[in-house]
This record gives sequence, structure tokens and C-alpha cells, in this order.
Amino acid sequence: MRIRCPFCGERGLEEFSPKGDAAPTRPALSNKDPEAWHSFVHLRENPKGQHREYFQHSGGCRAWLIVTRDTRTHNILDVTLARQEKR
Amino acid sequence: MTQSNRLDGGLINRDRPINFTFDDIPYQGFKGDTLASALLANNVRLMGRSFKYHRPRGPLTASSEEPNAIVELRDGARKEPNTRATTAELFEGLTAKSQNRWPSLAFDMMAINDRFSSFLAAGFYYKTFMWPAAFWEKLYEPIIRRAAGLGSAALEPDPDSYDKGFLHCDFLITGAGPTGLMAALTAGRAGAQVILADEDSLVGGRLNCETITVNDQAGSDWVRAVQAELADMPNVRIMTRTTVIGAFDHGIYGALERVSDHLPVPANGKPRQILWRIYSKRSLLAAGAIERPIAFEQNDRPGIMLASALRAYANRWAATPAQQIAIFTNNDDGYRSAADLQAKGVSVAAVIDTRPDAQTSAEWEVLAGATIVNTSGRRGLTGIQVKLADGSVRHIKCGAVGVSGGWNPNVHLASHQRGRPEWHAEIAAFGPGQNLPQGMSVAGAAAGHLSTYGALKSGVEGATAVLADLGKAATAPELPQAEDAPVKITPFWHVAGAKRAWLDQQNDVTAKDVKLAHQENFVSVEHLKRYTTLGMATDQGKTSNMGGLAIMSELAGKPIPQVGTTIFRPPYTPTAIGAFAGRSRDADFRPVRKTPSHTWAEEQNAVFVEVGMWLRAQWFPRTGETHWRQSVDREVLQTRKSVGICDVTTLGKIDVQGADAATFLNKIYCNPFAKVPVGKVRYGLMLREDGIAMDDGTAARLAEDHFVVTTTTANAVGVYRHMEFVRQCLFPDLDVQLISTTEAWAQYSVAGPNARALLKKVVDPEHDISNEAFPYMACGEVSVGQVRSRLFRISFSGEMAYEIAVPTRYGDALIRRLVEAGKEFDAVVYGTEALGVMRIEKGHAAGNELNGTTSALNLGMGRMVNKKKDSIGSTLSKRDGMNGPDALKLVGLKPVDPSKPVPAGAHLMTKGSPVDAAHDQGYVTSACYSPNLGHHIALAFLRSGDSRLGEVIRLVSPLTGQDHDVEVVSAHFIDPEGDRLRV
Repeated sequence: MRIRCPFCGERGLEEFSPKGDAAPTRPALSNKDPEAWHSFVHLRENPKGQHREYFQHSGGCRAWLIVTRDTRTHNILDVTLARQEKR
Repeated sequence: MTQSNRLDGGLINRDRPINFTFDDIPYQGFKGDTLASALLANNVRLMGRSFKYHRPRGPLTASSEEPNAIVELRDGARKEPNTRATTAELFEGLTAKSQNRWPSLAFDMMAINDRFSSFLAAGFYYKTFMWPAAFWEKLYEPIIRRAAGLGSAALEPDPDSYDKGFLHCDFLITGAGPTGLMAALTAGRAGAQVILADEDSLVGGRLNCETITVNDQAGSDWVRAVQAELADMPNVRIMTRTTVIGAFDHGIYGALERVSDHLPVPANGKPRQILWRIYSKRSLLAAGAIERPIAFEQNDRPGIMLASALRAYANRWAATPAQQIAIFTNNDDGYRSAADLQAKGVSVAAVIDTRPDAQTSAEWEVLAGATIVNTSGRRGLTGIQVKLADGSVRHIKCGAVGVSGGWNPNVHLASHQRGRPEWHAEIAAFGPGQNLPQGMSVAGAAAGHLSTYGALKSGVEGATAVLADLGKAATAPELPQAEDAPVKITPFWHVAGAKRAWLDQQNDVTAKDVKLAHQENFVSVEHLKRYTTLGMATDQGKTSNMGGLAIMSELAGKPIPQVGTTIFRPPYTPTAIGAFAGRSRDADFRPVRKTPSHTWAEEQNAVFVEVGMWLRAQWFPRTGETHWRQSVDREVLQTRKSVGICDVTTLGKIDVQGADAATFLNKIYCNPFAKVPVGKVRYGLMLREDGIAMDDGTAARLAEDHFVVTTTTANAVGVYRHMEFVRQCLFPDLDVQLISTTEAWAQYSVAGPNARALLKKVVDPEHDISNEAFPYMACGEVSVGQVRSRLFRISFSGEMAYEIAVPTRYGDALIRRLVEAGKEFDAVVYGTEALGVMRIEKGHAAGNELNGTTSALNLGMGRMVNKKKDSIGSTLSKRDGMNGPDALKLVGLKPVDPSKPVPAGAHLMTKGSPVDAAHDQGYVTSACYSPNLGHHIALAFLRSGDSRLGEVIRLVSPLTGQDHDVEVVSAHFIDPEGDRLRV
């Protein structure tokens, strides 16, 4: 696989470390609902088709990215900086 | 050494005779021969025994799809089993042996299996060896393994090296036959970066094996002219002996280049093979087509081969398996073999054509509407029985049969991304489907264009389309003149009524096995494949799958496209594990990281231990010490008595800077960090978001906006990644930056009552490091010989201790200076073992305790978790399941009988309770002999351990045979109040 890092350009998969589903959002400290925390820590989507996943360019600039990948074909549709998206 | 079956002509070099042996018998061939062609020229047809029935076998093909002629090449450490004789290039002194036979190829005891074949049909193993279950491992499997294996491995280290290489190109062309050559010419002239790869030693593909002319030249002469033009193009790289073995994501291909396999030994400094990773923008599959056989009774005898292989041996290698041959065909292409062999002086006994309307010929007898119904010749074909159109049977003497059942486009690589082949009715074969790997297109015979002209034209068109995609203007080369014969085929898959008609010769699957599988309701092709093992041998059924599908389709009463087809997987041909390993073997398996004191430690004859990739000194033996415990005990005792020095560079160091640095660390650590004063260090515990402890270490505040965080050696990479995740993905608004500085600083621990006295001799005098000016947990910038340094008053050993850091390039100088300054105190340098002993004596948790299952509460640090702030893991560390009244707590253990050990991994039981998992009270995590206490000690997790101090419990270690009583004590064996730290 090749991933186009916004900083470094297209690089081989071995430079990246995956972390899975990028959808979960961390609940606020005030959120006491155990389900919300359980969902954030443990529940992950595993869709057939488009999937937004965290990857870190750990062998390069260390930026955490959100990579939109089609799980059926491994086609990569979009790569963005997590830092900008999560802001 | 006569080559009685050597013909005229061919692409071999008769000026270069080559001596080789097969099963210890010497033979001679020529440069350009393969092992198979040279053996055939020497009238040797029998080359191996089949996998299951040990049937005598000779080559079926003349290429890499070979199922039968599988041999052991070379001797000693270079011995390579399961190599195809059809692709092994002959070199001087080559030794080859047949395999899967005993005592000899001609007389094989295991051929008895063949007599029992009716019992060994599909599913035999599944049905027979089901019970009793205990017999499988001890009895059935060893017997089956001995009977079934193919070649034997060398059992010695491979003396050759393997490389990995990386190539980038616009356009990868797989296959250098007429299609690939025209595509390369088109793209090369247009200026594209082209790689043209072919598994063969020669480019040209089938043009080297045919008498077909191109532009009125011999095909192989036309090939040399095109090759010469391509070789002059700097943007075209021709890679022969290079098999594209797999199509991977995003236009990436794996390719194996056999650099030295055609040589006795690799040239000096050259690898045996190179595994290339080719990054391509576009690729063209021009892998040609593979002829398929027709199944008939006893169709596996040596001498029966594909018609295309028969003429390849004759045309390219000037060899024939016999002087009298027959052809069995269902299409016009089979006649080419008859013509080519006859032109070389081989007698064509008959052409058996399954088509009733086959035309008669003046050159040879054509038996129209006839089929082969039996064959004879145990170790090599002697004759065939042909059932004629009128129903009569005729015996024909011949030593070889060329079988032509039509051509299958070679779609192997096209299906590596699960692309399903599609049925092409006009050629009665599966061709590539629509769902191809990204960037791939298919041309030539691989796309179903089976004529020479069709292939040349398709190559130009395929390249032109690719060039358009790449935005390059192309001028199509003028198309050469060549034959454009239409495919004339009447599908005919197997001769009706045959009982032992082989489909998959490598795995010994017959037409009867497929029928049996169907009868037992294995109707899906994937089930058929696995139940019968059809197509599951090392050739992946390149020549056999279609035959099985055709029989399935007949039995199911459905057309072949509805039956479906299995797909191929990488690698295209079997690939040595060594090629995948490359240089990553033995000492080079992974990089070695050496500490700044490594050279000095080597001079002291230190014993080293691998910690991750680091090599750390484990202990420093002195003269007279014969056991590691003597060295370790001395290092521990002397450190606690006077002073010890230890290289702690390997601990991870992460520099944290920015206005929000303290806020950030407050998120990272479960305990508070917001108010750490400048010049102070604080111990910190990191949790995972699920509340389990992740890592621990210290954070030193060098300035308002500057911390240096340490991690454990093992978790340095993971913690850094985690911190970046928290910074970028969870709290992206914080003004904070991180950088790993693990390699930038050499860091030494100086511990013991004389630590300060020693350091005063080393640290430049303008820096006051007295207890008042630099108390416990202080940190700051100092200098050593005017070199910028950092000093931290932290302790892992429990002694009064400092850690001093200098830029790495001064690390060697600093260890030498510390040792020199320590002489008057009898200072020792200690290794990781003494480090471990002292931290257990002090009761500090380390990796054994932070083992991915333990919480802050378990570690005795439950109260450290700040309830008010939002740190990673703080919320879920409060969940009920982790805070029960009987939670595991970290305790110390000492044996009631001081002579007994307390082994790590042992389990703890309440005295008097049963010894079983249900009554388990905890387990020992770390253990050592404490030279200060004079007995073994241990750290353990024990249920409600903090309220059980003084209790005598039972320690059970079935693994080490221990079962004795231990007393629960505080984990802090040494200086529980911490007085030593603060002096």
C-alpha cells in the first residue's frame, strides 16, 4: 500500500502505524455515562467499503493522519491531518 | 554419454558442452539447456515420482507451470528440494536427484500405494484417520508425512545471501513475449520509464519455442533485434530470470530475480536472488497462455506431455523425448507440434483428433473423432490404444504423446486481488475479468489474443492506452507481419469411461476423485479444490484446474462459467524463504543499538543482554568470579555500601516543550503535573484509556515550558507514539511539541552513599550539588568539563542517587571519567541484573508488574490517580470491575525457610485451601536473590495483599517443582521510609 502523507508525499505502508477507526470521539470528563466511555474505548466499526482510520507516519514526520480507505479494494480516497480534523 | 534424442538446430550452444549428473549418473548437455531438456536429449524421460501414488513421472511442460519433474538440485548446504527440472538452467557440475522415491527412482517401494489407489481416493485422510483422536499426532501424522513428503531440506545454514531491492517505474510489463516486447517498444520510444520482466533466461517467450516467422525472420531473430533496440534505451530496464510473483495494492509488485541460480555458486559478492519490490504507475500483464491437457486413461506416463512442450523441446532445445511420437488434440494448434517434430526428423505415428470433422493430411495419419483410451509403459511410454471413430481400438507404438486441449490465458497475477476470471467462449477458456488489480491491464495471449499477430497488436494497443493514461504521447510502432490463425477448437476435456485419468499430476488427483467429491455433495469449486486437493500443489493447478472444472460442470449439468473457477494467489511460482528474509538473518536479523558506554563495557569483558534492539551490559565479571551471581551480588553490595555507576541511556527520553507542556503532561499522567516547580522531577504513572497501567517514568521540569519525560526502555517507541496521538488527535488545541531525544543524551546513574562525593569530582565546581542546593527530586542544567549536562536527583535503586546526562558523543568520555573519579570510593559499574535486584529490593514496579493487566490500584498507586482532572484512563480506572475488595495488590514475599527460592511465575494459595485455579490468590512477578538480606525475595500480586502483611501463604510452582511457605511482607525490603534517598 502507498499512503500520501500531506507533509512527506507518497510513502510505503511500512512507514506508517495504524490505529483503526478514527470515528470515536473522547467523551468529556463530565460525561459519567459508562456506555459512552465503553463505546469510545472498545467499540469500533469494521465496515465493508469506505473507512476512516488513524495512521501515524511513524517512520517519517510522525503526523497522525486520517486515511479514508475502501476496505474492499484498499483504494485510498483521502488523507488528512488528524490534528486539523479533530480540532 | 550419447545424446540419442538430440535434434538439429535449437537455441543451445553446441560449443559449450556441460557435464552434469542425475541420480549420480553422469550426462552431458549444452549451454542453454534446462535440466529437463538435457535429460530428454539423453533419452531420460523418468524424472520423479508422484506425491501420493508414487507413480513414475516425466515432464508435462517445458516451463514453470511444471507439476511433475520436481527434483533436488545441488548438494550439501546448497541443496534445494522441489525444484522444477523444466526451469533449472544447466551449469557445469550440476548435480540433481530425483525425490519421493526409495530406494531408487526406477524401483520405488512406496509405489505400493498405487496398488491401493482405490482406497486412497479423495477425502481418504479425512475419512480414515478420524479416530481415535490421540492416534493422530503420534501415529497417523508421522506415517503420512514420511510417505507423502517431496524433497528434503538441506538442514544446514544457507551459505548464499539474498538481497531486497526497490524499483519505481511508470510501466511494468510482465512477460517479454511478442506482446510484452511490442508494449515495451511502444512505451520505451514514448519515453516512459519501463520495466520489462520475464521469468525466462531469454526474452521472447513462445517465439523462442516456435517456428513462427515475424516479418519473414525467424521469431527468435526478430526478438533479438527488438531486444537490442530496447537495451539501448536508458528508460527501459529488461529483467530476465525475474518472476513477477505477486500483484499487491496500489500498483506494487513483488518480483524475484534469480541472479545466480544458473551458476555453480554466486559470483563473489553477488546474492543468489533478489526480491524486488516494484512500484509501478501502470502495469501490463503479458504473461501469455498455458496449454492444458486432456485427461485420459493412464495419461501420466513419462513421455506424455503438452503438445506445446513437445515442440518447445524440439525447437528451442533440440531435444525430443522419443523418436516416434503421437499427437492428441482437440484443436488446430496441436498440428503445429506434429509439423515441427516431423521437420526435425521425428516420426509422427498419428495425430489423434477428437473432432470428427478433422481434415486428413498427406504428411501424417489423422485419426478423426478418435480418442486415447489406454497407454502402456510403466517407467516410460511405449504405446497407446486409440479408439477410432468406428469404435475399433488400434494399438500405436510411440514413446511420447503431445496433448493439446487448448490454451488458457495466464490470468494468475490478474486474480491476486480476488479478481474473478471470466469465460471467453471463443477460445473455450477463462480470461481476465473486469476486476483487475489497480493500474493493471492485460494484453496478448493472457487476454485471449492467441495468434502471434494478435499478440503483437495487443501489445501495442495495451501500451498505447497506458501511455494515454500517463499523459505521454505515443507513436505506435509499425506492426510486424505474422501469422494470425484463428482459434479452432472443439472443447474436449476428458475421455469418457477413463478410471485413472490424471487431472492434477502433482497432487495425484484423478477424474474419479472429482466425481467422488461431487457424489459426496462438494458442489462448490472451492470445496472441490480443498476436498480433492486439486490445484493445491506448488504449481497451483496451472495445467489442471480447468480439467476439474469441466468435469464438475458435466456432473452438475451446468455450463463451465456457472460452475465458476478458483483464483490464484501469490507467489506465482514457489519462492525461497531466504528471499523473503533477505539480509535479515543471523546477526543482521535486526539492527543493534549500542549504548554510549558499550566500547568501555566491552573492554571490561561485560556480559551483554538484548533489551529490545539495545545491547546492555548485564554484569561485569571480575577475575576469579566464576558464577554470574558472584558478580551481581558484588555489584549490588558495593553500590549500597559505597557507590555504583550504571548506563541508563536506553530509557526513553521525550522532550516536551510549549506553553501547554504542563497541561499536556497532566493529561498523559494519572497523577498531577500542573504544579511541578521548575527544577523538580516527579514520578509519573501513565494509564491506558481503559484504566490499565501503560508505563511509568519521570518528568523533569527544566523550565516553565520545558519537560523531559523518561519512559521504560521497552516502551520508549510506544509511549512516544501514544503521546503524539494524545497531542494530535485528542487535544489538538494544546500548544505543545514533542521530540524523542533518547539517542541524543548519554545518561548514567550514580547511586550509593558516595554518589555525591563522586559527582563533585566530576561536575564543574561552579554547580552546587549539595543536598541543600540540589535535594532529592531536584533537576537542572550543569556542566562537566564545560560540556553542557543535565543532572537529575532520582533513584531507582533506593540509594541516594543522581542521573547525569551529557550529549551522546561525550558518553564514552563520561563513563571513563566517572570510573576514574570513583576509584577512591571503590566504585563499581553495575549491569542490568544488579539494577533489577536493587529495584526489587526497593519494591519498584517495572515491566513485570506493568504487564498490561494491572491497574494503578494493583500497583499500590490507586491514590495517585487524580479524581478531579481529566487524564487518560482516569475515568475508566474507577470502574467497578477494577476496584473490587479482593483486588490484586503488590506485596513482597520472603521464604519462611530462607534457603528456598521464590520463583517468578509461581502462584499463591491460602494455606489449607485446594491448589487449583478457582482458589488462586495471585502470582509472583519478579524474584531475585537479595545479597543484602541473604535470601531470595520476590514481588507479587496478591488478592487484598495490602491487608495480609505477615500472613504465611503457600507458594506453588509446578513448573519448577516448588511448593513451600512464604511470608507476605511489604514490597519495600530496603529502606521503606526512603531515608537514604534524602541524605
